[in-house]
Amino acid sequence: MMKSLKTFKIGGVHPEENKRSANAPIQILPFPKQAIIPLGQNLGAPSKLLVKRGDEVKTGQLIGSGESFISANLHSPFTGKVSKVDDFLDSSGYRRPAIVIDVQEEDIWEDGIDTSAAIKREITADRQTIIDTIKSCGIVGLGGATFPTHVKLMVPDGKKAEFLIINGVECEPYLTSDHRLMLEKGEEMLIGIQILMKALNVEKAIVGIENNKPDAINHLTELAKSFDGIQIQALKVKYPQGGEKQLIKATLNREVPSGKLPIEVGCVVSNVGTAVAVYEAVQKNKPLIERVVTVTGKAVKKPSNFMVRVGTPVQQLLDAAEGLPENTGKIINGGPMMGKAITSTEVPVVKGTSGILLMKTEESRRKTLVNCIRCSKCTTVCPMGLEPFLLGKLVKMERYEDSMKERIMDCIECGSCHFTCPSSLPLLDYLRLGKQRAGQIIRSRK
Amino acid sequence: MNEVILFALLTLGLLGTVAAVILYFVAQKFKVIEDPKIDLVDDVLPKANCGGCGFPGCRAFAEALVKSANVNHSLEGLNCPVGGNDTMKSAAAILGLEVEEKDPLIAVIRCNGSKVNSPAKIDYDGPSTCAFAHNLYAGEGGCPFGCLGLGDCVVSCDFDAIHINPETGLPEVNEKCVACGACVKACPRSIIELRPKGKKDRRIFVSCINQEKGGVAKKNCAVACIGCSKCFKVCPFDAITMNNNLAYIDPIKCKLCRKCVTECPTNAIHEINFPVRKVKTETSEETVETKKTMAVSHDNSNENPA
Repeated sequence: MMKSLKTFKIGGVHPEENKRSANAPIQILPFPKQAIIPLGQNLGAPSKLLVKRGDEVKTGQLIGSGESFISANLHSPFTGKVSKVDDFLDSSGYRRPAIVIDVQEEDIWEDGIDTSAAIKREITADRQTIIDTIKSCGIVGLGGATFPTHVKLMVPDGKKAEFLIINGVECEPYLTSDHRLMLEKGEEMLIGIQILMKALNVEKAIVGIENNKPDAINHLTELAKSFDGIQIQALKVKYPQGGEKQLIKATLNREVPSGKLPIEVGCVVSNVGTAVAVYEAVQKNKPLIERVVTVTGKAVKKPSNFMVRVGTPVQQLLDAAEGLPENTGKIINGGPMMGKAITSTEVPVVKGTSGILLMKTEESRRKTLVNCIRCSKCTTVCPMGLEPFLLGKLVKMERYEDSMKERIMDCIECGSCHFTCPSSLPLLDYLRLGKQRAGQIIRSRK
Repeated sequence: MNEVILFALLTLGLLGTVAAVILYFVAQKFKVIEDPKIDLVDDVLPKANCGGCGFPGCRAFAEALVKSANVNHSLEGLNCPVGGNDTMKSAAAILGLEVEEKDPLIAVIRCNGSKVNSPAKIDYDGPSTCAFAHNLYAGEGGCPFGCLGLGDCVVSCDFDAIHINPETGLPEVNEKCVACGACVKACPRSIIELRPKGKKDRRIFVSCINQEKGGVAKKNCAVACIGCSKCFKVCPFDAITMNNNLAYIDPIKCKLCRKCVTECPTNAIHEINFPVRKVKTETSEETVETKKTMAVSHDNSNENPA
């Protein structure tokens, strides 16, 4: 059985899964007293501020607008009063512009938003309306990269989308937010997928789910019987299968050329969370103001999944998971492979926060760094077929031009090389730095 | 037997002669005609190959000097910061030109966020490279403009002129600095600036580049510039400009009157190598850049966070 399962071909690792919160149903988190809503929550340009200090805002009201091409709208997740517009610490480790809202306990929704729980299955909107609604509701990719979804749906001229691929892989260890969402909001998700299919004008959608979530696979296969063109595909457990290029390779055996987007091979990839958000936006007119966040870790007393409004401080989540364990060494925003340590528990949850991972002091420490022994393990595990040791060295020597020739921009920053390195070389740090510098060089050429 | 030796000698001799003739003509054909002045100029350059002049190595700089002398008949815009005025004068003498005297520069660290002034709130355990840390977070003390203290500038220095002081966690520049600018480029936060050494090695500068609002900056660091503009108002020479909550002293306009130093409420303005003021009891230190930091950290040296 295991052998027949599909997966991507080159590279990949299999870290300890540790899905400790897989059986914890999604709970709704109580509102915080004060919420911090950063303006730059999406990939691309930050949203433009639309409110000022002292303004009363309703839940779902537009408070930031996406002006440039790659940018997204921002809506107030709470009802209350804007108490400040200032720079606040976010998960980047720096202070960035944000809106602070003094939260009122009672939710008053903006007009026109359907907050009932009834499932609306019939899709009445046409293609353009769907894309416009997704844009106005500020939907971004909830897998973590927060790429504005409406931009993805606008297929460039001359290209044709054949498949919609839905990422239910959740290959990051520990995280279970997508898993719980598939179990609890399966039907909404499938309707969301149909909406996306209509927007893209494709006949077929494939939901890729790793085999460590058999309950989700069974549940969705059962539900998908009543939906046309949606196929549930079980995949072998391998990190980083959630990367869009890896997922396309695993499900369709197509390879996205270097430096190109998935549309080149007729695919558009979206996350399961995004599909649910699309359902809520198109069918209920509800903007993206909340998401599922996993709070987990080896020392956490109650690993849980929460439905959290954007802007809620991480501290609130930790309290709900029965507090910060004493020997916590690092609080990580995201999963252990790609996540980043945050520097304060006052950091708010944003659209891209998929999990909060608490690491014990002893496991959080970086290992002692020794010299490269040229074992080539990093090359073997790189899912993009790169040579991380070489790229690391080139970046160290500031030879960015050469590193571009070695295709540093193809790196998906999955961290497999860093994870596998027996010398604990900071390969991911080098690659991220190199990509940043190479990006600057490419931009300056334009 | 003799025939064999004779034959071998003849063959090799003939081959050698033919090769020599070919090589002679090839050498004539591909002769590189180089201005002999380049060698002469190259000889007086310091041979540090540091790139401080903006050219890849001293040889390239010598070529540039000779070219500029031949084409423009001046050496304007070309300067060897390592050799200074002496080197430039002797190079100009070879080329039959004259150069203007330039004020020597020195690297200045514009951050005083030591372990005491800006105590660590975060424990960083990543690789000791400022470039990485800069990508990851604001810094142990929380100041997004401050020195990360991981020593990218120390690695970049070819002259052994910059070192991290383990007590303060900040880099310090010593008298070996030749102002080649390598550390300025290496610092991901642009904290280091090349400023004129000044008369009698005396300098006044704002030791902070934090552009945040006063309250925020002060929260992270006791000696941050809070943008109060007091120095701006007191300066009789208009040498101070205020931009983004930050004061900057123009080293050319500054007449080293020291009025701003006493005015600064957070001691963010540093005076270097000045004689002791009559009212104050501080001792002046000759070589140590961060005089005030030293004084402060001396008092609290037992409480240094790990």
